[in-house]
Amino acid sequence: MSANAKTSIHQTDQALGRLAKRKAKENRFRYAGIAAVVIAMVMLGWLVVSLVGTGYTAFFQHYLTITVTLSESDLDPHGARDADQLRKANYRKIIQQALYSRFPDVTDRRGKRSLFHTVSASGATNQVRQMVYQDPDLVGRKITITVPTSDDVDQLLKGHIDRDAPEDLRKVSDQQIEWVDQMVASGDLTLEFNWRFFTSADSRDPELAGIAGAVVGSIMALGVAFMLSVPVGVGAAVYLEEFAPHNRLTDFIEININNLAAVPSIVFGLLGLAVFLNFFGLPRSAPLVGGMVLGLMTLPTIIIATRSALRAVSPSIIDGALSLGASHTQAVFHHKVPLAASGILTGSIIGMAQALGETAPLLMIGMVAFVTEIPTSVMEPASALPVQIFLWSDSAERAWAERTSAAIIVLLLVLITMNAIAIFLRSRLERRW
Amino acid sequence: MEAAQTNYIGSIGLKPSMGEVIEMMASAPATETTKTKFECRDVEVFYSDKRALHGINMDVPDSGVTALIGPSGCGKSTFLRVFNRMNDTIPNARVAGQILMDGQDIYSKDIDPVLLRARVGMVFQKPNPFPKSIYDNVAYGPRIHGLALRKNDLDNIVEKSLVRAGLWNEVKDRLKEPGTGLSGGQQQRLVIARAIAVSPEVILMDEPASALDPIATAKLEELIDELKEKYCILIVTHSMAQAARVSQKTAFFHLGDLVEYDDTQTIFTNPKDQRTQDYITGRTG
Repeated sequence: MSANAKTSIHQTDQALGRLAKRKAKENRFRYAGIAAVVIAMVMLGWLVVSLVGTGYTAFFQHYLTITVTLSESDLDPHGARDADQLRKANYRKIIQQALYSRFPDVTDRRGKRSLFHTVSASGATNQVRQMVYQDPDLVGRKITITVPTSDDVDQLLKGHIDRDAPEDLRKVSDQQIEWVDQMVASGDLTLEFNWRFFTSADSRDPELAGIAGAVVGSIMALGVAFMLSVPVGVGAAVYLEEFAPHNRLTDFIEININNLAAVPSIVFGLLGLAVFLNFFGLPRSAPLVGGMVLGLMTLPTIIIATRSALRAVSPSIIDGALSLGASHTQAVFHHKVPLAASGILTGSIIGMAQALGETAPLLMIGMVAFVTEIPTSVMEPASALPVQIFLWSDSAERAWAERTSAAIIVLLLVLITMNAIAIFLRSRLERRW
Repeated sequence: MEAAQTNYIGSIGLKPSMGEVIEMMASAPATETTKTKFECRDVEVFYSDKRALHGINMDVPDSGVTALIGPSGCGKSTFLRVFNRMNDTIPNARVAGQILMDGQDIYSKDIDPVLLRARVGMVFQKPNPFPKSIYDNVAYGPRIHGLALRKNDLDNIVEKSLVRAGLWNEVKDRLKEPGTGLSGGQQQRLVIARAIAVSPEVILMDEPASALDPIATAKLEELIDELKEKYCILIVTHSMAQAARVSQKTAFFHLGDLVEYDDTQTIFTNPKDQRTQDYITGRTG
């Protein structure tokens, strides 16, 4: 080999071999990364598809249009139009008569009962009662109303009940299927958007149950949690980070805050039970108590997020303010806190999103109650979204399954909205400069 | 000397080399003696137990530019931060000795560092405008000190400060735009405008040109030369040519000691200490 052909040590066969090995290693890592992303996406997609797949049908509901005769002899035998009498009247009979007159062939008791069970018993009677109560002039008239079908009929038409199964293994009898098919054919039984799901509170009957009570309860609890934990958390963080002396006591406090962030949420529920309910005597199941417990739970998250946001502010900005004669407090509140605001906000909203999904502490303070009214104040009994999901998932009827999934979809939508707000606010605050 | 210095500023890019500067100075009359602004007596600074400055004794004149030079880690920046008590903000930093400003000890209990810093402004190595508008940057100091009662007064202070910092013509049409959007040299002049807006007596500059390109540096030096008519300026610099160009007095620091302090002309032409000579001729540092 001549002197001119002498190659660098980076061009020998061994060097090229090492390079190939290095590249192979890089490629292996890249494939592992892609595989991880694909697995994560598949799992997430699976979750979403199964949720939406079972849940979307709950957003629609079958309704039956029937003509009812509000006979005076049934509703108001004395003709006084007394409110009390109108409320107590037998509306069940009104609905029954409407159905019997539609299918005059049905004469036996069993047949009549099973015919009545094709509509939502309490849903239909309450609807008529409300109408008459609000407008007593309706008595003696014949009106056409649209009432929800029973959950079994609804499930049958949605295909969740197998028509081919033996009759004794099926919630709907052959006779009922026949009536339903006739009503569908005549156009009286139709599928409509399930507004009730978004406007009413919980109910024993799946076809009447809605998510509104739980959403309002969750919003109230979150509002209380936000008002408690954000001012206290940000204040504590600013003090600890900027003003507190560094000594054993503050070290101890810091360790405890970090530990609190890892405490299981049910422990906060027990604390709420012991302190807020037993000691202070606050009402059970109230969003006020739920919010305070969730606020306490979120406090460490907010303190930690705020401290790291404050630490991330460039010290040169603070030096600049101090060198102009700003006091330490002015430098902190004119410059440091505003610059950390987006981080503080992101931390707070993430903490709130966490609190929104929390179930265990709410069970401890009684927010697991069956509440059929939409709460109007934080002192009234209420449920919360995750607790509502928990309650419904535990119920037996087939119709609850789709409602549970639908409630989860609503919870996820609320969470996505909150995170979107966080991202929007962060970019707004950062874009300012 | 004035004429010589403004000459090179008029033609940016033709900065005189250090040799030329020294020649110019040799032909110029020595700086006349003036009143003393700061008297430093046995100043020592400790970081925890480590002593960063060993008993500095030095008088800073009331007018003109005093340069602090020396190799990295020699304590010159630490010493500069003694004058506005910025060392107070560093945990575990402790200052011993006396620093008299116009005869009054600035480390005595009667002196509030907040008011001291309004009298002794500071410009840092890295331009650090606030992430606010140009206007708000300059107006911040007057606002916190309540120097302007009306919007009109504040506008005047902002304009005057920006004019004095040589930035007005470049930014007068975009005062509402963020100060962080300016170039590095403009940011540094904005920071100077911000400092002079509170009417300080002294301006401390900690390597103000080290992050700037030669053209921005020349502009900054021109500005320093104008400002020295009105303010007592102390400047820490790594560039000996810069010290030679802008300062009238120079102090050479080495390993926490003040080795030599004299007229700039003397330091650069006839240093008494071997270490000073080695440093300015480039043999050490």
